[in-house]
Amino acid sequence: MELHPDDLKRIARLARIAVSDAELAPLQSQLNGIFGLIDELQAVDTKGLEPLAHPLDVVQHLPQRLRDDKITELDQREANMANAPASENGLFLVPKVLE
Amino acid sequence: MSAKKGIPTGWEVVIGLETHTQLSTASKIFSGSSIAFGAEPNTQASAIDLALPGTLPVLNKAAVECAIKFGLAVNGGDDRHIAPRSVFARKNYFYPDLPKGYQISQFELPVVTGGSVTINVDGVEKVIRLTRAHLEEDAGKSVHGYVAEGYVEDGYAEEPAHGQSGIDLNRAGVPLLEIVSEPDMRSAEEAVAYAKALHGIVTWIGICDGNMQEGSFRCDANVSVRKFGDEKLGTRAEIKNVNSFRFLEKAINYEIRRQIELIEDGGKVVQETRLYDAERDETRSMRSKEDAMDYRYFPDPDLLPVEISRDWVEEVCAAMPELPETAAARLVAEDGITIVEARLITQSQAFVRYYENLREYSGSAKRSARWMLGEISAFLNREQLEIDDPEVPSESVVGTIIASEAAQEISKTVAREQFQALCDKTEADIQALTKIIEKHELRQAWIRYIESKGLKQVSNAGAIEKMIDDVIAANPKSVEEYKAGKEKALNALFGQVMKASNKTANPAQVTEILKRKLAS
Amino acid sequence: MSLNLSYASLKSLRAALDSKQVSSVELAEHFLARAEDALSLNAFLHIDRGLTLSQARAADARIAKGEAGALTGIPMAHKDIFVTRSWRSTAGSKMLADYVSPFDATVVEKLNHGAGMVCLGKLNCDEFAMGSSNENSAFGAVKNPWDTSRIPGGSSGGSAAAVAAGLTPAATGTDTGGSLRQPAAMCGISAIKPTYGRVSRYGMIAFASSLDQGGPMARGAEDCALLLDAMAGFDERDSTSLNNKQAATPILARFSEAYASNASTGAPLQGVRIGVPQEFFGEGLSADVRAAVEAAIGEFEKLGATRVEISLPRTRLSIPAYYVIAPAEASSNLSRFDGVRYGHRAKEYRDLKDMIERSRAEGFGAEPKRRILTGAWVLSHGYYDAYYLQAQRVRRLIAQDFQEAFKSCDFIMGPVAPTTAWKIGEKNNDPVAMYLEDIFTLGVSLAGLPGMSVPCGFGADKMPVGLQIIGNYFDEGRMLAAAHQYQQVTDWHARTPEAFR
Repeated sequence: MELHPDDLKRIARLARIAVSDAELAPLQSQLNGIFGLIDELQAVDTKGLEPLAHPLDVVQHLPQRLRDDKITELDQREANMANAPASENGLFLVPKVLE
Repeated sequence: MSAKKGIPTGWEVVIGLETHTQLSTASKIFSGSSIAFGAEPNTQASAIDLALPGTLPVLNKAAVECAIKFGLAVNGGDDRHIAPRSVFARKNYFYPDLPKGYQISQFELPVVTGGSVTINVDGVEKVIRLTRAHLEEDAGKSVHGYVAEGYVEDGYAEEPAHGQSGIDLNRAGVPLLEIVSEPDMRSAEEAVAYAKALHGIVTWIGICDGNMQEGSFRCDANVSVRKFGDEKLGTRAEIKNVNSFRFLEKAINYEIRRQIELIEDGGKVVQETRLYDAERDETRSMRSKEDAMDYRYFPDPDLLPVEISRDWVEEVCAAMPELPETAAARLVAEDGITIVEARLITQSQAFVRYYENLREYSGSAKRSARWMLGEISAFLNREQLEIDDPEVPSESVVGTIIASEAAQEISKTVAREQFQALCDKTEADIQALTKIIEKHELRQAWIRYIESKGLKQVSNAGAIEKMIDDVIAANPKSVEEYKAGKEKALNALFGQVMKASNKTANPAQVTEILKRKLAS
Repeated sequence: MSLNLSYASLKSLRAALDSKQVSSVELAEHFLARAEDALSLNAFLHIDRGLTLSQARAADARIAKGEAGALTGIPMAHKDIFVTRSWRSTAGSKMLADYVSPFDATVVEKLNHGAGMVCLGKLNCDEFAMGSSNENSAFGAVKNPWDTSRIPGGSSGGSAAAVAAGLTPAATGTDTGGSLRQPAAMCGISAIKPTYGRVSRYGMIAFASSLDQGGPMARGAEDCALLLDAMAGFDERDSTSLNNKQAATPILARFSEAYASNASTGAPLQGVRIGVPQEFFGEGLSADVRAAVEAAIGEFEKLGATRVEISLPRTRLSIPAYYVIAPAEASSNLSRFDGVRYGHRAKEYRDLKDMIERSRAEGFGAEPKRRILTGAWVLSHGYYDAYYLQAQRVRRLIAQDFQEAFKSCDFIMGPVAPTTAWKIGEKNNDPVAMYLEDIFTLGVSLAGLPGMSVPCGFGADKMPVGLQIIGNYFDEGRMLAAAHQYQQVTDWHARTPEAFR
């Protein structure tokens, strides 16, 4: 897998990280180094194996635990919004959202 | 080919619906915040809903139970479409109303797969297949046109005061069941019938309040057109933001016209998301989201697979109300009413309850069914009321009127008029009577009432003959016309007799005696 | 006998507190003064004397009322990846430079509010716990107390350096691919990453959810046992928190039982089989580390254990598997940092999208950016099957290899890292070279197994070497007991860097 500048731009857009033109080339070479490393996976025969999402699944079966339908979170707006970069009247403010 | 309303000859329309139903739980799907509608902005947005660093989701049991109920309801109580193991995945995209930068949804292994919903358009039944139903969390909302003193909801506001949007995350994390149909619908009418049937099911089993104004039941429609006989599906457009049945029909019909005109003009339909603008009655393209299709789904590592045991399904099944299909079949078998009547009666649990009470009070299932579909439905439509609204006359009084009609104590016309008086509350004494009937179920009170008002039907042949003689004597012109072969003249005479009797004469008897006298 | 407070074990601090030799306030003052004297290490990010002393006073009151537990009144500090209501929580990132959490992490609740430990402040770490050298902190590199020109390891480098320099008797850390074990090894202290799901992740700023585990760092194994016992336990706020029978057995009880079983005999580890994986001793392992680790295994044999040669054939594959899974999860976990509700927001931007892109570009350092981009790439359309799912399948193979190995042994032992601590700046331009350093710790993380690091000597450059002890799921008590036995007959864990005595 080889990452080209256009791929890098696309992926940076997808991940919403602005990358300047000057950063592009060194980042591309670092990422290609990483992809070279992870390409080692391709040679492994994993036919018939289930992906292991939760590590303990290899020894025991763990289903999702379910919560009772109770209201346990009360209004903490002031505390929860204390870190907001911009807010007014209980709303987070952002540059205009276009639909 | 069958002609469909609003579709030009030679074209076929293919429609599939994705419906987001907000589940009637107390708390959110992954946090203990309330989902009550209408709270002050962000007062129901906990640290978890705001995706503050370090927070984690824990699944609400009631949301899963709602999905189980739905899976049972669209499969006639069969559990085989409820996945014993389903997985939550992350759908990654950036939007300011999506706090985590991903939506927790289900992708590869949804909780419900398959099932079907039966619709009825113009008396023709059709089965619409379901693809799947999956659990997910709702996003928050952007408040546009934000001004310092307050805010204007929705996207139709004037230019914002200081060019900013407000973000309210009360809705973020509200549990949704997204129900996806197969592209089985062929007209806007069918799509609306399906949406209504689905609405009926989710409200019947109590998993959704069905409130469309508040966004509890929202439809996205995938619409494509193709030349009749084509195998290949046309390119589809997805219409979002439809929150009423009427708008759904209008939006789809607009979209059908747009696509057909586009193709006929040599253009091509692009796969895109379109918003329905109710004010202008048109759909318009949403600004294309770059890379919008690459959601980078993967199983959410914060959540384990959800397991639904057969025991649990059985427990839920046992506590489920009788399903509409089953109830309809039962009513047909028990009451001898038609399947069309039964389907209409089973449109909601409240409807069935009303019907069953009416049947009890009136002593006649068939008459009750006819009344449900006739006068009562007409009244509800006219007044835009639900059957369980306190404004609707009680079953005991309406049942008494029907019983009285059945016993031929009053005529059908009088029965209708008295029902109307009940609904309109025009007559003070029938209102008073209602209270007596409701309290004591005194049918006698009713008899006294109709007698005192001179409403009791006259079936006494002598009395009727007397009235007819008077009418014949007073209307020689009509009698002559009738005898000359003008059938219509009989109607005029009949009307005169009924008028003379203050509508109390038994109409069948009047016709019979009138004909006999005129023939002699 | 006068106690050297700076390097005393938790048990002896407990005794000193109980016998009124010292108060919790005095202990807090002592360590705060040391932390303030050692600012050049850059181990602490946030110190607030007032907050610390009020916790110490509360602990003294509890002790006076006779309500003290084993850890009440003993100072500690948190890796700045655990959110705290009172101290800022930055995750070593500019993104969260001014962030104050409205709630405490479960670990903070358990250790400080529950057990009554006194928090000295928050400790530096690699940004979002991404790194093996602590050079990735937005607030500057942490220095190794044994040689301040060297790295302390990462990502829990501030925690390791603070314990090693005697600035705190104990610290919390987190381990996603070795971040507790490797800095512990490089700073000559003890640490344990428990079985995945033992310690609640609620309030731990997430890096890679299926790998992240919190754990304790301290001088000795017995201290770690006391700390882990207080940290671990079911938490209903974390869906991956374990509440099965094995997890319910207290770690300390298991530890004491295992330690006591043969303690009085000359061979307390009689019957214990130590698996030595050949793949941990191949090329790339420096000779000094090999010698120290071999000597330590020899020491265990003297205690009665037997050595078994084993194989973990996919050791090398743990690197690519980890560097697919961890970045994939990280790319998604770090999407919440968009400058909307909290965190860094760029000063200048054209529109909403630009605001988010610039805020993230400015707020994240180079390493998180690399991992976010790598993760987004391996999850993106067309690569998901070939990379992400393939990595998760290889992960299963790696986990199965460990289960196969545990059929013939009780513990697996080997080095934590291929070398001792390197010089600051030596490797930070080559991410791949840095990733390769994690080869011995990644497999344990992928498999969710408990793993610990125990000091076992010094390398050619006089830098500490760590022995890695890997146990099977839920076997922390026995692992800690074996390590404690080893620490009864060796004193590597008691050595202290000269500059900080």
